[in-house]
Amino acid sequence: MKFFADYGATVIRVETSKRPCTLRISAPFKDNQPGLDRSGYFNHFNANILSLALNMEHPEARSLIHRLISVSDIVMENFTPGVIEKWGLTYDNLRKIKSDIIMLRQSGFGSQGPNSRQPAFGMILAAMAGIPNFIGWKDRDPLPIGVSAYTDCISPRFATAALIAALDYRRKTGKGQLIDISQLETALYFILPALLDYAVNGREPERIGNAAPAAAPHGVYPCLGDDRWCTIAVMDDHQWQNFCSAINKPELCDDPRFNTLLQRKNHENELNELVSAWTSQHTPEEVMNTLQLAGIPAGMVENVADICEDQQLSERQLFWKLKHDEMGPFSHLGASFTLSRTPARAQRPSPRLGEHTEYICTQILGLKDEEFARLASSGVFE
Amino acid sequence: MLNHCRALDLTDEKGFLCGRILAELGVDVIKVEKPGGDPSRRIGPFYHDIPQTEKSLYWFAYNAGKRGITLDIETRDGREIFARLVKTADFIIESFQPGFLSTLGLDYDQLCKLKGDIILTSITPFGQKGPFSRFQASDLVIMGMSGILYQTGDSDRPPVNMSLPQACLLAGADAAAGTLMAYYHREITGEGQHVDVSMQQSTAWFLANAIPLWELNGIISKRAGSFRWSINSSQRQVWRCSDGFVFFNIIGGRTGAKTLQELVKWMEEEGMSSDFFKSVDWETLDMFKATQETVDRISEPIEKFFKRHSKQEIAKGAAERGISICPLSSMADLFASDQLNFRKYWKEIMHPELNTAIKYPASFVRSSEEDYGLKSPAPLIGQHNAEIYREIGLSDHEILTLKQASII
Repeated sequence: MKFFADYGATVIRVETSKRPCTLRISAPFKDNQPGLDRSGYFNHFNANILSLALNMEHPEARSLIHRLISVSDIVMENFTPGVIEKWGLTYDNLRKIKSDIIMLRQSGFGSQGPNSRQPAFGMILAAMAGIPNFIGWKDRDPLPIGVSAYTDCISPRFATAALIAALDYRRKTGKGQLIDISQLETALYFILPALLDYAVNGREPERIGNAAPAAAPHGVYPCLGDDRWCTIAVMDDHQWQNFCSAINKPELCDDPRFNTLLQRKNHENELNELVSAWTSQHTPEEVMNTLQLAGIPAGMVENVADICEDQQLSERQLFWKLKHDEMGPFSHLGASFTLSRTPARAQRPSPRLGEHTEYICTQILGLKDEEFARLASSGVFE
Repeated sequence: MLNHCRALDLTDEKGFLCGRILAELGVDVIKVEKPGGDPSRRIGPFYHDIPQTEKSLYWFAYNAGKRGITLDIETRDGREIFARLVKTADFIIESFQPGFLSTLGLDYDQLCKLKGDIILTSITPFGQKGPFSRFQASDLVIMGMSGILYQTGDSDRPPVNMSLPQACLLAGADAAAGTLMAYYHREITGEGQHVDVSMQQSTAWFLANAIPLWELNGIISKRAGSFRWSINSSQRQVWRCSDGFVFFNIIGGRTGAKTLQELVKWMEEEGMSSDFFKSVDWETLDMFKATQETVDRISEPIEKFFKRHSKQEIAKGAAERGISICPLSSMADLFASDQLNFRKYWKEIMHPELNTAIKYPASFVRSSEEDYGLKSPAPLIGQHNAEIYREIGLSDHEILTLKQASII
């Protein structure tokens, strides 16, 4: 829903303090003081979104949510299947409220099947999708990818594409639809060649560290400084020649141990030691700049502080520094791609829980002030 | 759903997934390759390990559902034919070095002259502009510059990259979302635009809570191997079972209490619980604050419990009890998965040239309205030349001439 909000849709997050979402109660908190509006994790990801506090267990909630649906284009949810059914908000019921509604269900495993009611977190789903099979060293255990909840960033991109297709279909036919997306099923698109390799050749993946099947040197090498690293990927003989010149070792150009790809693969350990000996004397920036100047793919291994300083990312506005009532000036996640004519815009910081309840009720739903006051005192907006 | 749209897909492996997603949503995606085939057809693995251009499983995986033509847009005739195709297209997807299309007279402004509302989607390592835009890159380099690589790996070894390229997929999926975002704008206003996707940005876009942790607490998230790195303790997340590995995070509080309570119940049923569990209130356990001793005393009995069970036992028990624990799936497990098979996830797609059918995911989306999904395998080299070139008015004679000149 972030994509839609960033490109101008009115996105309303329906939530309750009775059972706040996981991110709102997740650390880190501003000044280490927990609070529903103080989570760095939540506030990083929710720029441009409006918050309506609504306790779905309250008797008045049902009619309010129905009114909200009747003025909406899309209803998105990612509860463990069963929750929406309990509230009577199945697609069939939504259609009775608004005949051309588009509903997106996006759960870990999909809305049906033996695993569908199993609560799922990204790390678990990544394991279910087999991703750790591709991470790690031959002599060690498989590893999780370094961003917990990796699958959380996969399925929303597929879902956004599907939802826009559904909106277009509605414009042309007047019909809404139910779209069901499983995080597991989209994550498998990220290992498809390996799935086909199994299907066709019966081969299971092996862990190979940072090696590449047809390139050497190819890896992560130590640099000057505490836990500093660079990447180098020499893809062919021509780049190897340039590499030798760039590191001031022209004698290596003709060294028979390394002057063809096959030789470099045969002597890969020796080669990696030689490369490490050079990189260890330089900072990651120096390695990157020296090798890039020679046309060789190489880069810093950026830690999170480097990411925040990265000139390229900052030029592309990966983060929006927005002033938030509780957080103060705070980095909100910005766009992941750039549209030349209609760029993503930072319109407002992440919402405090229920920050827009009155606005949504009176301006969007058209409740009279006295009706709003009556409902507010009933406790439905908690 | 988008059957009325056409995309010309000029990408190499950096951008394959974009067209692949659009094709599943109904777009007529035409893969445009150089005569003789795209170099990315040399990427393995291969069908029966035969390294030929028509047998790359990498190519199959990410070009399925597209049609294919060969065309050398660097020749004058090739450009003229390309211009005719542009007039029939809604989207052009490309992944050349920034500036390359401009040298051919085919940059966004020039494409607009051919078709006023064209949407051009460019997928490059760092984006069209900026200090790194001309840098050379591979997946490893981009992953390094995205913040993910630094956090992945064993703490006593260098950071380690996932061996299947990911940056191109994150960018490809973004490109599909961005292309359609631009398309929706075009449907309302008639205006096209240029969608600029950076693989670095698409990859750095999701670092979970690492950015706020740095900004609020000055903490740089580090790689911690099989453990989850936290401020006060390290917490195991990769566990051994009798025949493989299990992934499970000890998460307290409302988020994880149910899983922990159910796991303890399961362990009790098998006489493998621990007295220490009785002293822990799962509802208030805060893993951010928990000491290493607490973490270890919770972990030890769980470790023993998992070792006594197989992947399948754990998978079944976790699904039945509705708890967040999952064994690491092998490729075989995924094809045999009850969940995926229940949802008819796998679909056999016939490859007539190999005289065999191969299983692919049927679709990433289930719709109440339309039957989305994969209908055809990836194109062979120039497979649809005749039908597509005839459609834009080339005569059979012209097609033959162009073929002999290696333009198509």
